[in-house]
Amino acid sequence: MATEAHGEAEAAVGMPQLDFSTWPNQIFWALVTLVVIYFVLSRVALPRIGAVLADRKSAITNDLAAAEELKQRAVAAEKAYNDALASARAEAAKIVAAAKADIQKDLDAATAAADAQIAAKAAESEKTIAAIRDGAADAVAEVARDTAAELVAALGGSADGKTVSAAVSARLKG
Amino acid sequence: MATTGTEAPSGLQIHPMDQFIVKPLFGDGPIEWYTPTNVTLWMAIAVLAMTALLVLSTRRRAIVPSRGQSVAELFYGFIHKMVEDIAGHEGLKFFPYVMTLFMFVFLSNFLGLIPMSFTTTSHIAVTATLALLVFLTVTIVGFVRKGPGFLSMFWVSSAPLLLRPVLAVIEVISYFVRPLSHSVRLGGNLLAGHAVIKVFAGFAGAMGVASFVPVLAIAAMYGLEVLVSAVQAYVFTILTCVYLRDAVGEAHH
Repeated sequence: MATEAHGEAEAAVGMPQLDFSTWPNQIFWALVTLVVIYFVLSRVALPRIGAVLADRKSAITNDLAAAEELKQRAVAAEKAYNDALASARAEAAKIVAAAKADIQKDLDAATAAADAQIAAKAAESEKTIAAIRDGAADAVAEVARDTAAELVAALGGSADGKTVSAAVSARLKG
Repeated sequence: MATTGTEAPSGLQIHPMDQFIVKPLFGDGPIEWYTPTNVTLWMAIAVLAMTALLVLSTRRRAIVPSRGQSVAELFYGFIHKMVEDIAGHEGLKFFPYVMTLFMFVFLSNFLGLIPMSFTTTSHIAVTATLALLVFLTVTIVGFVRKGPGFLSMFWVSSAPLLLRPVLAVIEVISYFVRPLSHSVRLGGNLLAGHAVIKVFAGFAGAMGVASFVPVLAIAAMYGLEVLVSAVQAYVFTILTCVYLRDAVGEAHH
């Protein structure tokens, strides 16, 4: 900064900064300027900029809150969807179970009816078979009696019917 | 509007200080306190620049700011944060005041960089006015808010008891030197830089073909002066905040 010293030394005779006759003028205008700037700033510029910044901040905050709320709603909607899906599934399962139960009941009823029918048929057949068997046994006894009577007669004996049939019956039982 | 004049056609007729001469705008009469001078003109231009920068640019109050509004918000946020960080929350009452000082110094510094302009902040009369305003504000606010307790900032309670009276003397002296250093730092920086540029310009006029050397030097100096203008405005403002903290905040010495 040698040049600076040189420059100041050269003009040291008349350094305008130290010309005190201009000081009142400069001080006066400086104060006027400061007052004007102060009023423009404090009345117009700063409140306005401050309000804009506050607005922006609140807008951002509101947007974030709205986004958060929308997100909550999306989550809630998803939950509702899942709930609906789950309840629909449960309902479907219930219906399936009910249908299965119905079918089972019908099936059981049908099986029971068929069983009953089969049992009735079997009993009937049993009866028929028993009747046939009885009939056959009677016929055998008849034939045996007749044959026995004929044999007794043929062998020269005489026997009344009662004695023969009693003897045959005793033999048949034995 | 001060220039070296036209009486330097050749030779080293350099008048680096002529740019600082205070002249009446109209006529050649004596300079009374109310005379409109080049000081008035350039301060008025500073007011207009401030209005354009902070008022016109924000007239749309847009949520999504235009470029001009962004700059205005930048200035606002920068100073607001500085006041809040340094002077504390209480200091925010003085935000418009600090902003006024900053805008005035900042714009005056930069307007002074326009060739042929007049740098109001290179005058000790102006910077001393600013510094004394700060000094008086801090002193008055300090006594109003803290009463006699304001004096405790001179009594360094964290120092050994023996040293305290010595430190108190030093603190008092440094307190009263503040407006001087505050104003001379700003005025001197601008005065010196502008004078140097003018000296180089005088060389350039006298050196013929070789004048590209001083022209390059001027370009470099000009870059430095841009930095100085911003830094000095910043320094002036941050010191104002530091001093305000003495008046409104916790004692920190």
